[in-house]
Amino acid sequence: MSNRELFIAFWTILVKEIRRFTRIWAQTLLPPAITMTLYFIIFGNLIGSRIGQMGGFNYMEFIVPGLIMMSVITNSYGNVVSSFYSTKFQRHIEELLVSPTPNWIILSGYVIGGSVRGLLVGLIVTVLSLFFTDLYIHNFWVIISVVFLTAILFSLGGFINAVFANSFDHISIIPTFVLTPLTYLGGVFYSITLLPEFWQNVSQINPILYMVNTFRYGILGVSDINIGVAYAMIIGVIVILFSYSMYLLNTGKGIRQ
Amino acid sequence: MTTALSIKDLRKVYNNGFEALKGISFDVEEGDFFALLGPNGAGKSTTLGIVSSLVNKSSGQVEVFGYNLDTDASKAKCELGVVPQEFNFNMFEKVEDILITQAGYYGIPAKEAKKRSEFYLRKLGLWDKRDGPSRSLSGGMKRRLMIARALMHEPRLLILDEPTAGVDIELRRSMWEFLREINARGTTIILTTHYLEEAESLCRHIGIIDRGTIITNTSMRELLQQLNTETFILDISPAQSQCPKLEGYQVTLQGDHTLLVDVEKSQGLTRVFAQLSEQGVEVTSMRNKSNRLEELFVSLVDKTLEDTAKGDSDNE
Repeated sequence: MSNRELFIAFWTILVKEIRRFTRIWAQTLLPPAITMTLYFIIFGNLIGSRIGQMGGFNYMEFIVPGLIMMSVITNSYGNVVSSFYSTKFQRHIEELLVSPTPNWIILSGYVIGGSVRGLLVGLIVTVLSLFFTDLYIHNFWVIISVVFLTAILFSLGGFINAVFANSFDHISIIPTFVLTPLTYLGGVFYSITLLPEFWQNVSQINPILYMVNTFRYGILGVSDINIGVAYAMIIGVIVILFSYSMYLLNTGKGIRQ
Repeated sequence: MTTALSIKDLRKVYNNGFEALKGISFDVEEGDFFALLGPNGAGKSTTLGIVSSLVNKSSGQVEVFGYNLDTDASKAKCELGVVPQEFNFNMFEKVEDILITQAGYYGIPAKEAKKRSEFYLRKLGLWDKRDGPSRSLSGGMKRRLMIARALMHEPRLLILDEPTAGVDIELRRSMWEFLREINARGTTIILTTHYLEEAESLCRHIGIIDRGTIITNTSMRELLQQLNTETFILDISPAQSQCPKLEGYQVTLQGDHTLLVDVEKSQGLTRVFAQLSEQGVEVTSMRNKSNRLEELFVSLVDKTLEDTAKGDSDNE
């Protein structure tokens, strides 16, 4: 395929993905908006006002970057895992497999599609947060780059989950039992400096901590971890997940007999 | 003449150890209308699955118009259109979107894809349904949608895995006409079907696969010439209480108005009519007991079964 044909194939998958999640907006875009609004009201306004300062900022200001990132993570992951698993389940993955579209384009289409949903939900949550607090921009490029890289990383994670999933139960196990605990323990609601030293060290192996803190650095200028290390870790994980996803596609794991 | 599909020593062993294909080889020439027949579980769908890149082969080679599926997959896939046995499109997508999306996977720009989708939707009687979700289509319409989808990139080789299964007679015949038309325009067609009348009516060459082995690969004419005995059903008058005797023929009386007569290729039917006439029996109508290809198919598959059983007992 020529470069133009490759772009058309990529664009087709991307448009199909965007059409899917916008068609079912009541399941994909509305729930995170409602959930995050409740977080802002309960944790930010009601409880947050009693907590006082966290990391040098009032509690609402502190949790907003984490909640935005939490929306991006869960929606990027959720979009690809459910979309690609449905594609397998309904067997219309065969439409792609019989076509000349190369595997890296298939993967890119789904991953960018998932990232677009993650970023769109992130934007919705950001706009909603403005009703509750002022947002600072400490470093615009850090904000944009880390949110985009995070969306890609978790879209890749969702893709790998979907490849291995054999039932709808399998696509909810990882988000429920792995992703949610890691997100809650990843510094969304607290600074890890509040933890005893042992648990601070344990927290360092949670990848979500790096993303939340880097994003918080972009907005507030404070972080519990080194930003350079965070970028290296995020990019490294993306490279590993992308390579593994390509291996799964090339060998036909879960999609070819 | 160019070879549209070349399969060499194709073998497939599934993870559970079942050997679905035992090293089959066959070619399909450009412009042909080829039937790949076989009983359930014979290996037809596995063969077509490998050609369509939906099943991983264990060993062997597949070439589509000279493009090797391992080393030149992109070009090979561009030459190939696939209509699978089961519905495999997104039931929530609009009919027209399914076609335009499929064209996009082949790098066809949206404007051209829209033009082609209109052509095929009109041609296959689905134009009025273009804006509806595909799940609202009837079974026959869904089959036609899959044919339209497979043609969007205008492949030179079209593979249809039981395209008329569950389709009513009228629709089946209109689909036959459509397939004949695109074959006449130069598209090579490979078809699997359980309706042997369909294969006999449409196809010029035939391959029969049984338990992972090609047992016959020849032209339809040559295959039908192998048929030695045909059974005819004769409706007779007046009613008979005893079976009339026809010298040289095996005859069975079924009820009191129907005769089953086995006629060998060398015998012809004239003497049947003459002998019945001499006995005062009139033939009011006549038909084949079963389709000729069906008789051959059954005898070939049965023969392989007997050979295998004999081989097994010899080994014991």
